[in-house]
Amino acid sequence: MMNGPFQVLAEDGRVRPELEPGLSSDGLRKLYSLMATTRAADLKALKLQRQGRMGTFAPSLGHEACQVGSAFALEPKDWVFPYFRDLGAFMTLGLPLKNYYLYWMGNEEGMRIPAGLNIFTISVPVASQIPHAVGCGMALKYAKEQAAALVYFGDGATSEGDFSEALNFAGVFKTPNVLICINNQYAISTPVARQTAAPTIAQKASAYGFEGVRADGNDVLAMFALARKALEKARSGGGPTLIEAFTYRMGNHTTSDDASRYRQEAELKEWSRRDPIERFRLYLKGKGLWDEDFESRVQKEADDLIGKAVAEAESVPPPRPEDLFIHTYKNMPPELSDQLAELRDFLKREPR
Amino acid sequence: MMFNMVQALNQAMAQEMEKDPRVLVLGEDIGVDGGVFRLTDSLLEKFGPERVIDTPLAESAIVGTSIGMAAAGLRPIAEIQFMGFIYLAMNQIISHAARLRNRSRGRFTVPMVIRMPYGAGVRSLEHHSESTEALFCQIPGLKVVVPSTPYDAKGLLVASIRDDDPVIFLEPTRLYRAGRQEVPEELYEIPLGQARIVREGEGLTIIAWGAMIPVVEQAAESVGKDGVFPEVVDLRTLAPLDRKTVIESVKRTGRLLVVHEAPKTCGLGAEIAAFVSEKAMLNLEAPVLRITGQDITVPLAKGEDYYYPSPERVAWGIKKIMEF
Repeated sequence: MMNGPFQVLAEDGRVRPELEPGLSSDGLRKLYSLMATTRAADLKALKLQRQGRMGTFAPSLGHEACQVGSAFALEPKDWVFPYFRDLGAFMTLGLPLKNYYLYWMGNEEGMRIPAGLNIFTISVPVASQIPHAVGCGMALKYAKEQAAALVYFGDGATSEGDFSEALNFAGVFKTPNVLICINNQYAISTPVARQTAAPTIAQKASAYGFEGVRADGNDVLAMFALARKALEKARSGGGPTLIEAFTYRMGNHTTSDDASRYRQEAELKEWSRRDPIERFRLYLKGKGLWDEDFESRVQKEADDLIGKAVAEAESVPPPRPEDLFIHTYKNMPPELSDQLAELRDFLKREPR
Repeated sequence: MMFNMVQALNQAMAQEMEKDPRVLVLGEDIGVDGGVFRLTDSLLEKFGPERVIDTPLAESAIVGTSIGMAAAGLRPIAEIQFMGFIYLAMNQIISHAARLRNRSRGRFTVPMVIRMPYGAGVRSLEHHSESTEALFCQIPGLKVVVPSTPYDAKGLLVASIRDDDPVIFLEPTRLYRAGRQEVPEELYEIPLGQARIVREGEGLTIIAWGAMIPVVEQAAESVGKDGVFPEVVDLRTLAPLDRKTVIESVKRTGRLLVVHEAPKTCGLGAEIAAFVSEKAMLNLEAPVLRITGQDITVPLAKGEDYYYPSPERVAWGIKKIMEF
């Protein structure tokens, strides 16, 4: 662990062949296309936000490898508990991009996760989703299902009580969990050195009695290999694993943030050199799996997908008053019905 | 069987667990020890450690993991040892348990019960006398239930376990072993959201719940000699409130007294007074009055009587409102 993060691909794309996870050519190309599409979709969201067509959201720039790589190792029966910067995981798991855009445009309908997709809703309060994933792990174990629950959270989350409480539960109850800390060096403006005095986040797992590993979060193959191993271990009763994805938040915290206030241009430049997509492109090129034709095909497909998703999301009508009331309880209590009736009555007189 | 409230609640959990394999209980000291008030006594022997889970000492994770379990299809009953320790789990309750149904548009629900003893009047140490139910009543998505008798306790807990929304289930510490009552052996539900008229009367309605019910009953009895026969309503469910029963009673009697042991300011009595003034102002013959705990930290044993509404203080309130 102290010997630096686990890597399959060096920064210049050179591979350690003995560590290659054995994906087919199609699989490798799929990984590339998912990362490239995630980036394009993320940049499109930023544009939409700047144009006033989307609300505040957390850009995923730089997170493509750690999210796509780890989510690629999931099976449909597994569960995923996202935080709020997980576009790569959503793309990989097949959440319609329309949903993602719609949610950040300010419509709850975006978080209506299609049936059959075991993706939990986005969690905004930092670290608070980790106990849910562990509880889900307890439920899977109780039902004797050979499935795992994977949760994403950031480096800032490791300072929260819920991180500690949830990892402690995971260790004590030996739950089938994979806990992925996306250590992107910053929680808004606060650097990771202000979150912990520990040299790594991975080592925190040992205090809870299970294994922690540190991966190069910009190496999609390293993330895939470690997640696959941890998921297999979880599904077969081996208990939880903490994976620290060592990476960098290349964008602002959210569209309302200005990272130039607290970090140096040189740092961003240095991390840009380690761009996760660029690295994987060099690797694929070396294997003869990437050329300009492939690239333009990937970009074209991404553009089509994104264009369609934006159009779909923007064509969803704004919610009706009842849409905002009906999911508060299974059955609407009389007081809520009265408030809804009063709102409708008001709107009839003063249409918006 | 003649049961006290502890036995009634214990039987409700045991029978629901027998009937529904999705129901499990978790919390601190609830397994081997049977819970500090013995609410979960013998459940571990009956159902084993997979369903009766002694957890680490961590309220947020008890509630947080219960949310994950509930969303994944189980029906957890989480015990918090005392209401004074629920604050550690407030983020999980408010930010997630109450909202998941709405956030996921109904895909993920949290059919979970969070049980805890609440209330003063037992000469307890600090943090063991809290009655902060109003904090939960303001949170959309939560239901808040408070029984006052063994019979109601069983039926309300069964209904809470079977409810598809998260329920905060407050158990009056003072009434746990205060008396016995015939409790049917079979499972039965008392629907949530329905108040109970404890005592029919005229000229005055008194609204209360939980541990205040016996206090109010005693006060109501004591004013009979003065020719006052108040109607007493036990809300049983604080959210959603049975406004209909309250309004109907007040329209009949023309006066309203609310009694709660929580502090007065922003207590549930304030909401009740407000909606009664909205819906029945012209029926009122006197201002709505509240007899409540004071807006101070619940005192320790020696000072508790200054805080806790007594039958005498309630009777004093009744006199004031009748003389208006």
